[in-house]
Amino acid sequence: MIVTAIAFYVFAAIAIAAGFMVIAARNPVHSVLFLILTFFNAAALFILMGAEFIALILVIVYVGAVAVLFLFVVMMLDIDFVQLRQGALQYLPVGALLGLVLVLELALVGASWVITPDAVAAAASPVPAAADNITNTRALGQVIYTQYMYLFQASGLILLVAMIGAIVLTLRHRPDIKRQVIAHQIGRKRSEGVEYKDVKPGQGL
Amino acid sequence: MEIGLGHYLTVAAILFTIGVFGIFLNRKNVIIILMSVELMLLAVNINLVAFSTFLNDLTGQVFALFVLTVAAAEAAIGLAILVTYFRNRGSIAVDDVNLMKG
Repeated sequence: MIVTAIAFYVFAAIAIAAGFMVIAARNPVHSVLFLILTFFNAAALFILMGAEFIALILVIVYVGAVAVLFLFVVMMLDIDFVQLRQGALQYLPVGALLGLVLVLELALVGASWVITPDAVAAAASPVPAAADNITNTRALGQVIYTQYMYLFQASGLILLVAMIGAIVLTLRHRPDIKRQVIAHQIGRKRSEGVEYKDVKPGQGL
Repeated sequence: MEIGLGHYLTVAAILFTIGVFGIFLNRKNVIIILMSVELMLLAVNINLVAFSTFLNDLTGQVFALFVLTVAAAEAAIGLAILVTYFRNRGSIAVDDVNLMKG
């Protein structure tokens, strides 16, 4: 039990510190790398909570896709980040005030929060008993593919729309590039391609 | 030394506040703002999974999965808009986004 507590405090501390460095780092590349560290530590927290599937999906989706996407964009765009940082401290008091209010509110909610004793009994999709020997992934699958089938399909649709949207947004037609237009090639007339020349003997063209 | 629901909720609350704070601190840099939004979504995910574990209900984990999907879609679209905007204006400063002001 003490090992779990130590692991929790280590992962939580690193996650929070890395999360703070995400917003405090001067170099956006460092921000992305700290974001990856935060995600890894959050995944470790998920594993501590017994949600292995979500933890590994978090690593795959966030670190493998989202963070790399961020890294690509940060490195691809030629942005003057020093200029962007100027005047950042101007909003520090407002941000600090808002953050403080938010923390106080969350603390108030957390302090006065009591879970109904019958909340566990009223679970919509209870975790299978340990005696059944069902893994977390399998239990999730049994819920997602039955109870939440339509939501699952809808989330797939969201991803499809996002993919199409990203392609449509970033695709650009460049007029200075020669492209193969098959319709033009097929629709070519004989008169466009062949020309008769009457070459006189001994003179050439 | 039992790690309970409150511990995880505290971590999530701190991460969420860092995300909100980051939006204010880096008000000019859209990339960092997007990363702050990702941090906030991560905090929400931690909340969902924590409640799911301590209330013995898988629904929270299912919804964490959906939040993950939406976060990925949001990052993809947001960065695509950012790339298009940078191509058109040569800058990503939030202050320059005033074309629609009239």
